[in-house]
Amino acid sequence: MDNFTVGVVVFPGSNCDRDVSWALEGCLDIKTKYLWHESSDLSDVDAIVLPGGFSYGDYLRCGAIARFSTLINALDEFVKSGKRVLGICNGFQILTESGFLPGALVANKNLNFICDDVELDIVSSKGGWFNNVDEKQTIKLPIAHGEGRYHCDSDTLKKLVDNELIALRYKNNPNGSSFDIAGITNEKGNVLGLMPHPERACDEIIGGTDGLFTLKSLITK
Amino acid sequence: MDQFAVKVFVRLRPSVLDPAGEATKSASIKLGAEGIKSLRIGKMIEVQIEGNGENEVREKIDLLCDRLFANTVIEDYEYSLEKL
Repeated sequence: MDNFTVGVVVFPGSNCDRDVSWALEGCLDIKTKYLWHESSDLSDVDAIVLPGGFSYGDYLRCGAIARFSTLINALDEFVKSGKRVLGICNGFQILTESGFLPGALVANKNLNFICDDVELDIVSSKGGWFNNVDEKQTIKLPIAHGEGRYHCDSDTLKKLVDNELIALRYKNNPNGSSFDIAGITNEKGNVLGLMPHPERACDEIIGGTDGLFTLKSLITK
Repeated sequence: MDQFAVKVFVRLRPSVLDPAGEATKSASIKLGAEGIKSLRIGKMIEVQIEGNGENEVREKIDLLCDRLFANTVIEDYEYSLEKL
């Protein structure tokens, strides 16, 4: 897999693009390529990360404007082909706004911007994004968001539970998310959206390595 | 071409908690306003648009509301339309 390349999308206002690239290249030796939001040619990347930040200033709603970018239009075919897409924080918001994942992310219950480490239960092994084959069912990842409260109607929640689409749940719900949801996948499992930042937990020197597995799993087996 | 002024109101659905509305309600009570039962915050979007008649303009506004102005997972919308 020497040539496996992960595309890291850059919107105006993205601010975790370089962190993601650093984590993939520096910690995991995985090649990356920045993809400007106006690009529609995804032929030379094998997986895509939508990084955190404030795409288009979060105007209207978080992720609402990004949805109409050239790149997101091209993403449909990429996802249908089975290639992997990881949306982190603002990337998760973009994935819900554009309909790749169900539900929506709204203002935190207490209106605070929360910047903290959180404990998360790994709920589903769908898509192989998390290491839950051994004993370690709980991981610790940083969160940093003002609009991270996951919301969906009861039918959607039932579908998420029945189809094992809930990937991560907060142990101590920080933001009021429905059913403590921190991350979900699509039905096929090749799209994961989560509010916590795995790229900020890839080196012991910055507090933990629980994010490594998820980034590593961008490489398709 | 006819000119129209459209006012779109976007509101959080009743089932969605509105923490900003709750905070504002609490401040309103601290200000001394009595009797507030509920306070919820939405958005108002003003659009000036031209088209061949009201029906054509309504079609455009419906599309904009449904795809862009509101996220129908969490929000409802309505609009009023005035011919200029």
